[in-house]
Amino acid sequence: MDKTYDIDQMPKKNPLSMQIDLSKFEKATDEEKKQADVMSESTSFFKDGMRKLRKNPLAMFSIVVLVLIILMITIVPVVVPYSYSDIITINGKRDKSATNMAPFQYSKLEQQYIDEGGKVFPHIMGTDELGRDYFVRVAYGTRISLLVGVFASVIVLIIGVLYGSIAGYFGGKVDLIMMRIVDVIYSLPDLLMIILLSVVLNEVLKFDGQGILARLGTNMISLFIVFGLLYWVGMARLVRGQILTIKQNEYVLAAQVSGAKSSRIIRRHILPNCISVIIISAALQIPSAIFTESFLSFISLGVKAPMPSLGSLASAARSGITTYTYKLIFPALMIGLITLAFNLLGDGLRDAFDPKLRR
Amino acid sequence: MDMNYKPNPEYLVEVNNLKMYFPVKTGFFGTTPLKAADGVSFAIRPGETLGLVGESGCGKTTVGRALIRLYKPTDGDIFFEGKRVDDKSIGGLRKDMQMVFQDPYSSLNPRMTVEDIIGEPLDVHKMYTSRADRRDQILSLMEMVGLNAEHATRYAHEFSGGQRQRIGIARALATKPKFIVCDEAVSALDVSIQAQVINMFEDLQRQLGVAYLFIAHDLLVVHHISHRIAVMYLGKLVETADSDELNANPVHPYTQSLLSAVPLPDPRTAKSSKRIILEGDVPSPLKMPSGCPFRTRCRFATEQCAKEMPQLTDRGNGHMVACWNK
Ligand SMILES: Nc1ncnc2c1ncn2[C@@H]1O[C@H](COP(=O)(O)OP(=O)(O)O)[C@@H](O)[C@H]1O
Ligand code: SF4
Ligand SMILES: [Mg+2]
Repeated sequence: MDKTYDIDQMPKKNPLSMQIDLSKFEKATDEEKKQADVMSESTSFFKDGMRKLRKNPLAMFSIVVLVLIILMITIVPVVVPYSYSDIITINGKRDKSATNMAPFQYSKLEQQYIDEGGKVFPHIMGTDELGRDYFVRVAYGTRISLLVGVFASVIVLIIGVLYGSIAGYFGGKVDLIMMRIVDVIYSLPDLLMIILLSVVLNEVLKFDGQGILARLGTNMISLFIVFGLLYWVGMARLVRGQILTIKQNEYVLAAQVSGAKSSRIIRRHILPNCISVIIISAALQIPSAIFTESFLSFISLGVKAPMPSLGSLASAARSGITTYTYKLIFPALMIGLITLAFNLLGDGLRDAFDPKLRR
Repeated sequence: MDMNYKPNPEYLVEVNNLKMYFPVKTGFFGTTPLKAADGVSFAIRPGETLGLVGESGCGKTTVGRALIRLYKPTDGDIFFEGKRVDDKSIGGLRKDMQMVFQDPYSSLNPRMTVEDIIGEPLDVHKMYTSRADRRDQILSLMEMVGLNAEHATRYAHEFSGGQRQRIGIARALATKPKFIVCDEAVSALDVSIQAQVINMFEDLQRQLGVAYLFIAHDLLVVHHISHRIAVMYLGKLVETADSDELNANPVHPYTQSLLSAVPLPDPRTAKSSKRIILEGDVPSPLKMPSGCPFRTRCRFATEQCAKEMPQLTDRGNGHMVACWNK
């Protein structure tokens, strides 16, 4: 083999010829050959996705915003000495004059107390028309709104993934019937359904006592039920579509040829290849649920008073919009920030992890 | 199904009258059976390669998949080592029958490392005693197909088409099968890589004594590797013969046209051999012509061809042809 490349054996180049002079070439050493064989650093799908995500400034900014918001809603109710439901008290006395104060303003009683040497925690966002600290109420409202968003998206995730994967994996008649049901639900006008269901469920469901359910109120419960009943269809369609395409891949056939059972095929081949798409879409579901909740609270079908949510805070601020504009701005800003951050993060996740956008 | 059919013990794989009909929606309500394979019979000896050729869409993949029961055949008998292959027996036969797929991209799970891809059949059949044993087996498989053992922990998307096909072959070899269906295993590769991979298939056959059903749409590829060749047209076999015999002496008009389409290396012989250009398209398998399936494109078609279906008949030395006029 080596002989053929021996430089001395190479035909001499005719000086007039345009051909390449073979004697100018050197044989590659074993080391050089090896170099051509070296591949780039091995990257797993997850690592590669995280690297892409970290390079996306909008997504990173959204993560920072969301972390700050979550920190705020966990720390604020602990640090700030006011409760979301009680009127401000000074020395055990209700401060009737502390209503509708601007940010960092103190009422007469509070000023007096400070002058006497007492300490009063400032009202960072002022107070509302009943004399409750607005900062705490916004923090609580954000908490409720986020909770609603995450909870609704978990409901959608569970029902949608179960339903969609059954339809997609088994196919045939099962799929046909299940997907027609989805079509019917899909065609219902969702906001109208939510309003109607909330009204009906309000009459049917009654929670007493002090549990979290009772404090949230029947409206919230009916909102969750509505999400469970209506909003999973999009997720179910997505999951079914994913599984149908993945099932077509020859690696699933190869697993069948190897004798793998359905459970192994779902676990090892189908789920890992559609999980990122499912999670991304669940993340995008959160802001839409928050938005729906805000909307319902705004038309007073949301959480039960005195529990605040961002929507009910905004709704309550409507009456004094010309004089106390800040009361609308704070919850509205919060809704905007949260939905924007989740949407940007969802898009970033999709760019980084959706297998259809790579290669 | 013919429960009385007696398989010949000489054969590793025997297929008798295999039919695979797919229900296809036509119109709003009705379905029509699409006869992707219609009465296919052949047999393969241990360590032998049968080439299966035909234009794309003629049902080669369907035959291969029905054979290893990825599809449940509509009718027909399949035997492996004299045992009937059905839903009950297939579980025990999975180790012995494997498949190499056409598409080097979709045939490997992008979320698994090479090690796990090749190790999957081992995992399913629990064919190792320890983690170290599993790894040893995988590394020796990788070596067998010419893959660098250092790449075991890499993901499939990091490899080229030819390397990916080698990974697929290593996976098929993992359970030490006696029979592998190679469904257009080289068709997606560059010509130079095709040759490497085909040579590897031949080496592996010599080393391991494995039998192949080697599917391709290119007669040249199949001629090189096959002992026998079966030519398929619209779901039916039209000619089977020993590889060299078929090339030297093609009888069926369709085989002749396939061979004349093969580019010849020597321009002088190429000039003297008349190319037969097939006219018209392959008819839709939903609108199968009556009688001989090839008659719509055949130069020798007569009235009889439209009336009766020609059966494979022996023309001596096991050269079987289904044609009335040849
Ligand atoms: N799962 C299926 N359902 C319906 N029709 C199919 C299916 N698989 C293959 N076919 C049809 O069967 C015929 C043969 O296909 P195939 O076996 O893939 O051909 P080949 O491998 O020779 O190209 C084609 O007409 C194809 O459309
Ligand atoms: S049977 Fe008739 S139509 Fe069919 S290949 Fe022979 S000559 Fe042609
Ligand atoms: Mg095919």
